[in-house]
Amino acid sequence: MRRSAASSKKKSDSITSSTTDLFRSASSKATTKEMDRIDHLFNQYANTSSNLIDPEGIEELCSNLEVPHTDIRILMLAWKMKSEKQGYFTQEEWRRGLKALRADTLNKLKKALPELEKEVRRQTNFADFYAYAFRYCLTEEKQKSIDIETICQLLEIVMGSTFRPQVDYFVEYLKIQNDYKVINMDQWMGFYRFCNEISFPEMTEYNPELAWPLVLDNFVEWIREKQA
Amino acid sequence: MYRETIIDFEQGCKCLEAGVSELKRILEEETSETRIDPKQYLELYTTIYNMCIQKHPHDHSQRLYNKYHDIVEHYAKKTVLPCVQQKHDEYLLRELSRRWDHYKVFVNWLSHFFNYLERFFIPQRNYPSLLEVAMKSFRDRVYLEVQVNAKDVVIALIDKEREGAQIDRELVKNVLNVFVQSGMGTIEKYKEDFEMFLLEDTESYYARKASRWIQECSCPEYMIKSEESLRKEKERVIHYLHSSTECKLVEIVEKELLVSVAKHLLEKEHSGCSALLRDDKVDDLSRMYRLYHPIPKGLEPVADAFRIHVAREGNALIKQAQDAAANGSLVEAQVLVGKIIDLHEKYMVYVLDCFKNHTFFHKALKEAFKVFCNKKVGGSSSAELLANFCDSLLKKSGKSDEAIEATVDNVVKLLDYISDNDLFAEFYRKKLARRLLFDHHKVNKEHETIMITKIKRQQGGQYTSKMEGMVTDMQLAKEFQKGFKGSLTAKPGGIDLAVTVLNTGFWPSYKTSTDLNLPREMVECVEAFKSYYGTKTNQRKLRWLYSHGTCHVIGSFDPKPIELVLSTYQAVVLCLFNNTERLTYQEIIEQLNLSHEDLVRVLLSLSCAKYRILNKEPASKSISTTDVFEFNSKFTSTMRRIKVSIPPPPIDERKKVVEDVDQDRRYAIDACIVRIMKSRKVLPHQQLVSQCVEQLSRMFKPDIKMIKKRIEDLITRDYLERDAKNHHIFNYVA
Repeated sequence: MRRSAASSKKKSDSITSSTTDLFRSASSKATTKEMDRIDHLFNQYANTSSNLIDPEGIEELCSNLEVPHTDIRILMLAWKMKSEKQGYFTQEEWRRGLKALRADTLNKLKKALPELEKEVRRQTNFADFYAYAFRYCLTEEKQKSIDIETICQLLEIVMGSTFRPQVDYFVEYLKIQNDYKVINMDQWMGFYRFCNEISFPEMTEYNPELAWPLVLDNFVEWIREKQA
Repeated sequence: MYRETIIDFEQGCKCLEAGVSELKRILEEETSETRIDPKQYLELYTTIYNMCIQKHPHDHSQRLYNKYHDIVEHYAKKTVLPCVQQKHDEYLLRELSRRWDHYKVFVNWLSHFFNYLERFFIPQRNYPSLLEVAMKSFRDRVYLEVQVNAKDVVIALIDKEREGAQIDRELVKNVLNVFVQSGMGTIEKYKEDFEMFLLEDTESYYARKASRWIQECSCPEYMIKSEESLRKEKERVIHYLHSSTECKLVEIVEKELLVSVAKHLLEKEHSGCSALLRDDKVDDLSRMYRLYHPIPKGLEPVADAFRIHVAREGNALIKQAQDAAANGSLVEAQVLVGKIIDLHEKYMVYVLDCFKNHTFFHKALKEAFKVFCNKKVGGSSSAELLANFCDSLLKKSGKSDEAIEATVDNVVKLLDYISDNDLFAEFYRKKLARRLLFDHHKVNKEHETIMITKIKRQQGGQYTSKMEGMVTDMQLAKEFQKGFKGSLTAKPGGIDLAVTVLNTGFWPSYKTSTDLNLPREMVECVEAFKSYYGTKTNQRKLRWLYSHGTCHVIGSFDPKPIELVLSTYQAVVLCLFNNTERLTYQEIIEQLNLSHEDLVRVLLSLSCAKYRILNKEPASKSISTTDVFEFNSKFTSTMRRIKVSIPPPPIDERKKVVEDVDQDRRYAIDACIVRIMKSRKVLPHQQLVSQCVEQLSRMFKPDIKMIKKRIEDLITRDYLERDAKNHHIFNYVA
């Protein structure tokens, strides 16, 4: 499928220059038309007074896409859009995201989701996505940490499918422990590294004398006690 | 003299040979008159002399030199050797010794005859000297043939002597001399042909002894035997062995007797190091030190055994106290700390005396004490117990300065062993505050200063700065008080007021009670002081701690007036009764604005305790909010002045101290981490932690988890960040 003319394409090398020019001019027209359709789609869900898609609009979008609105794919869409505020999409963000996905209709958007998921799950992108997920949940101005309840939900969404046992155990632990009422970015990223670097449930490589966040030290200790 | 005749070589030889035979005969006879006939002597000398100075071709020096060689060779081979080889055992040695002596004499005489060669011919040609030639012949013809047998006999004799027999030491000495001389200027022959075998034999000899003795003897007995063996071996060297053998011999004996069995010996059930310490066997312990001191690394197992023993004793003390506490009896700080101090003094004596002040043993003592001095007893940490001990010590009157100094020295030593130094400082400060404020007539300022100075010397000025500040405050307060009194024209409110101003930074924090409604007279006092203070200082705020004050009040009772020594709270309550005879609980609390807990305590002390200053309706033993109180005009006592004590509020002081110290530690760790990161900029986690622990070790032993938590906190506060590439390294965020 042809992508937007803005990015350089290798396929066009095989075509003669004049044809490229023809394509380019055709594509710029197509681009404008595409942007119109994207905007049109935006307006379908946006709140007319604020010119944002608000939580209601997102819910509607999700039901149209036949995706539950707590699904990771919505979060991935937000990531693709580089959306800043949880629950809201600005027009600029909407444009950015849909343009990148080459989706100017609802159908195309629906079809783009699996591809998007694949893209996000690539190792190189996932760490970025994972960090994004955390930042996305910071609602207040100077907020640096997220409460345990939200973290548990977030973990479920973001990591549930790939690291089921770790998430289950960690969520259980977070709920019963008393040391921490919130989790910060450092600890959040620590858990990601934990899932990727430490075998589970053996955890033989885990060394609490290294710089693992303390919450993970306590978590590992708790599991070991359970196993004993 | 001019001679005409030339001496022919053969002719000269005949003369020479005759002389040599004569020598041999004389030696063989072994009479005391081993002297050669002077005429013959002269003839021989002259003959040789002439033969040497004759003009060429009659100059026979070379041939004479060769002839000399032949003579000694012949003597060695044909006379000496056969005689020696015939004999065995001790007889062999005797013969060898005898023949050796003869040979020396023989050679000596010859050297006289051939003196001219020695002085002129030999140096000219750079030939080996006559003595060298002779020695070489002896070595090659005799020594090499008999040395093995001789060596075996000597060693057998030495073993015999070791078992207690007497041997001919002179003989052995002489024989060993042969070995030495056969080295021709080096000690090699002695070493290779004799010493090596002696050392081997010694090793197996003492190995056997060691395995027997270790089974049969107690530790002291074994040590005595070892000491004796060493002494004897050293004696042996002096009497007949070459001096260079001494250190090798001693090393082997030490190794077999002391090193290889060290563990077994020291840990012997009823007589080992532990038992000796227990039974105060000073001599045996000193011997142990003497024996093991010269051995490299020899003292380590001894110091170890010492440390284990002391730790065991200390642990037993602690366990005893812990058991007592578990059974419900109070932890007597004085008793326990006193016992620990005694233990320390006891074992220090051993270190200084038996173990000659050696650093290993100081170290062992210190480590042993560190093990048990940090154990908790009945919920109190050792820091708290030590602070309590100091408190009791300083409250005791009648102790001389020297006695206090001695005990304080011990206290400071124990402080060194405790890892939670900051906890001690905090407990001490709290107790010091109470002493200074409430028992100030009992306080001995010199003693307090002695204690603080000695602690300061060991822990540093910062550690004791607050304590010093507190003591100084009391001094300053006294002087300020003089000034205040001097400034007054009349007593404010008709009351003698004394105020102690405490510097907030030094003293523990107390809750203020400025909400309290004071009686008018006291308000005047407060105002008077406030204004005076304002004139003398610049912009300082005073917070009044009525909870810590004392009042002397005259109670005008019907029988007789009595002076009451009360806390300010108590006095304030009583003053209300100046205006009315009866008051309800509610009225009191409303008028005064005291907290319910404080008021209950005050009323209890005044109406339900030893002295009934107030009558209570109903006359129960506890205070309820519906009670009514009345001034007891009938109250009396035989004394003119009584102190109505009030129990202190039941705050869990220990808990608060621990919390405060924990808080301080968190700040200390934070500061330490930031300091380290600021200078290093980039540091791996483990190094950061270990440096932190090291820097804080003077004050306390930081919990690794706490350090980790502080690091995380500092990351959240943007002081540090985790390195993007390596998650176990931190970067400083400027």
